[in-house]
Amino acid sequence: MSSQNGGPLLEAEHVFKYFPIKRGILIQREVAQVHAVDDVSLEVRRGETLGLVGESGCGKSTLGRCFVRLFPLTDGRIVFDGQDISKLSRRGMRPLRRELQIVFQDPYASLNPRKRVGSIVGAPLAIHGIGDRRERKRQVQELLEKVGLSPEHYNRFPHEFSGGQRQRIGVARALALRPKLVIADEPVSALDVSIQAQVINLLADLQEDFELTYVFIAHDLGVVRHVSDRIAVMYLGKIVELSPAEELYERPIMPYTEALLSAVPIPDPRESAGRERIVLEGDVPSPINPPSGCRFHPRCRYATEICSQLEPPLVDYGNGHLAACHHPLNVDKETLARATVDDRRTPAEADEAAKPTEPAQRAR
Amino acid sequence: MAVFEPEAELATLDTEEFGGEVVGRSPWALAGRRLVRNKLAIAAVIVFVLIVAVSFAAPLYASHIAHTNPFESNLSGTFQQNGKTVQVIQQGAGKLGLGETPVGPTWHAKYLLGADNQGRDVSARVLYGGRASLEIGIGSAVLASLLAVVFGLIAGFFGGWTDAFLSRLMDLIWAFPVYLLAISLATVLLTAPNGLRIGFVHLSASSLWVPLTIIGVIYVPYVFRPIRGQVLSLREREFVEAAIAQGASNARLIFSEILPNVASTVVVLLPLMIATTILTESALSYLSIGVQPPNASWGTVIQDGQGLLYTRPWVAIAPGIMIVLTVLALNVLGDGLRDALDPRSKLRMKG
Repeated sequence: MSSQNGGPLLEAEHVFKYFPIKRGILIQREVAQVHAVDDVSLEVRRGETLGLVGESGCGKSTLGRCFVRLFPLTDGRIVFDGQDISKLSRRGMRPLRRELQIVFQDPYASLNPRKRVGSIVGAPLAIHGIGDRRERKRQVQELLEKVGLSPEHYNRFPHEFSGGQRQRIGVARALALRPKLVIADEPVSALDVSIQAQVINLLADLQEDFELTYVFIAHDLGVVRHVSDRIAVMYLGKIVELSPAEELYERPIMPYTEALLSAVPIPDPRESAGRERIVLEGDVPSPINPPSGCRFHPRCRYATEICSQLEPPLVDYGNGHLAACHHPLNVDKETLARATVDDRRTPAEADEAAKPTEPAQRAR
Repeated sequence: MAVFEPEAELATLDTEEFGGEVVGRSPWALAGRRLVRNKLAIAAVIVFVLIVAVSFAAPLYASHIAHTNPFESNLSGTFQQNGKTVQVIQQGAGKLGLGETPVGPTWHAKYLLGADNQGRDVSARVLYGGRASLEIGIGSAVLASLLAVVFGLIAGFFGGWTDAFLSRLMDLIWAFPVYLLAISLATVLLTAPNGLRIGFVHLSASSLWVPLTIIGVIYVPYVFRPIRGQVLSLREREFVEAAIAQGASNARLIFSEILPNVASTVVVLLPLMIATTILTESALSYLSIGVQPPNASWGTVIQDGQGLLYTRPWVAIAPGIMIVLTVLALNVLGDGLRDALDPRSKLRMKG
């Protein structure tokens, strides 16, 4: 939407996050690593909503938490508003916390049950020393009103609210410092469908009022389509497709995206019965020992030999539509010829040779 | 037992209609309400408070009702009963008329429960003993809980080597049988000729602080374990992550986010710990390594009564009943507190 400062608001460059698995009683040794986020590069533009989707365990929440530095990166860089935050200490991060906030998935676990709403929402203000007690109370009550709660709720405890109301409290807390970027980590997946719509509309309204940029993490493609400008699809720690929202739904290139989209329920039963539904076979492979080559190949119905040998690079198919696949769908020969390997977002070792040359043939 | 009533938990979100500032009910207030509905727990509170009140009124009882000094032997003393002069220590009350027997229970103000073999008023000694036992019991339970909370928060929050070190230290204390460790500590501390000097603190061997500290330290691991475990799990909760994402300092995380959630565990454990420490204190005093004569505790009075078990059983029975009542009341109270503070655990037990 707006781009006052040029440049993306947040840029992730080759971000890795491995979690060590330790064994041993006294001396712990590392026996394996969970490849939660494996070489992810993307940028979040000012004022946009970037949807981040994928199955559970694909690393999307981990990536979101890396963005707000809830844990250190294994490798890579995250640049927020022109400043590299990946090497900052917790103390060094503090001033940036005002601009970078997160809304959590579970509205029951993310609010301290022993604290009053006023002190929960006011905590960021207190931590950053904004205003005195009375000023903070005024601001908190204003925020509560903004997110659709009553200022009288100031002295209540979280257990006195419903799930949707609690999530509003979580949103109010994230907005207390007037951040630029909000990571919404599955903010509605724990809520009823009717409440989901309310919270999503609230987030959309607040985006306008506060000029927010969102990274919206979800596993529900229906929800993401509604809110996102662009969507990134993750599979086993990697970005496999990145595209403007409508383009992704109309013309998925990666077979995994195709499968995900075919699982989105359609409210019209006749249309629903008519379409092909792709059921992925097998489970998500273990992120401790991910498959070679394309990580999706064991479950992919178009997979050939090359898929298990060579990791496909992210290829730019034009219009900001990127995908990593040896057998791209919905792509004609001309587009394929024009497509270029996207160097910024691909592992260094990936080369032009891995670029697909044949559009996928419909299997079965 | 009170029945768990979910309606009581439901938020009354429409109270704004009545106008004015709405103050939410804190989890503590809700727990308090559940506790008050639990008749058994309230009875336990009343019993315990009565025992504490009576015990701490011991000096009043000794000087105004019994008119005796329960710390002085009174072997040749006499007193008036039903207009007759009675000797406190009587010659051979048994069939054979052998030996000396203290006077039995008179069920009057003077020598209500009789005398022990030093001629001292047993009822007054039981009350004084209760005061000492309760002071040591409550004091050491509070000491153990305080130390355990501090160590538990540090170990659970910082994890890694800090946790490993503190946990192994606690295991070390835990590895000793409670009484064996207490006995060895007590023998060392009590046989120090001029008492114990640590910096400015000077403890004489007869000071109550000696058994209090010993028992307090011994029971630290018993409170440390559950608290550390809870802190470990709280640390991973999303509201702690949320506070980190806001830029909270470690001190803020510990004191503002985690500690309030640990407090309820401590509240549940405290009465149970007091019950345990009172038992331990009585056992140590019974073995002559707790409270030192001429001071009294329930344990020492039982020891005094041991030799008189056949002739004057009340000397041992009276402090025994006090211990049973106190420990029972505290255990019931602890159960009631747990039910009140964590209603889900009760549902789980029923289901």
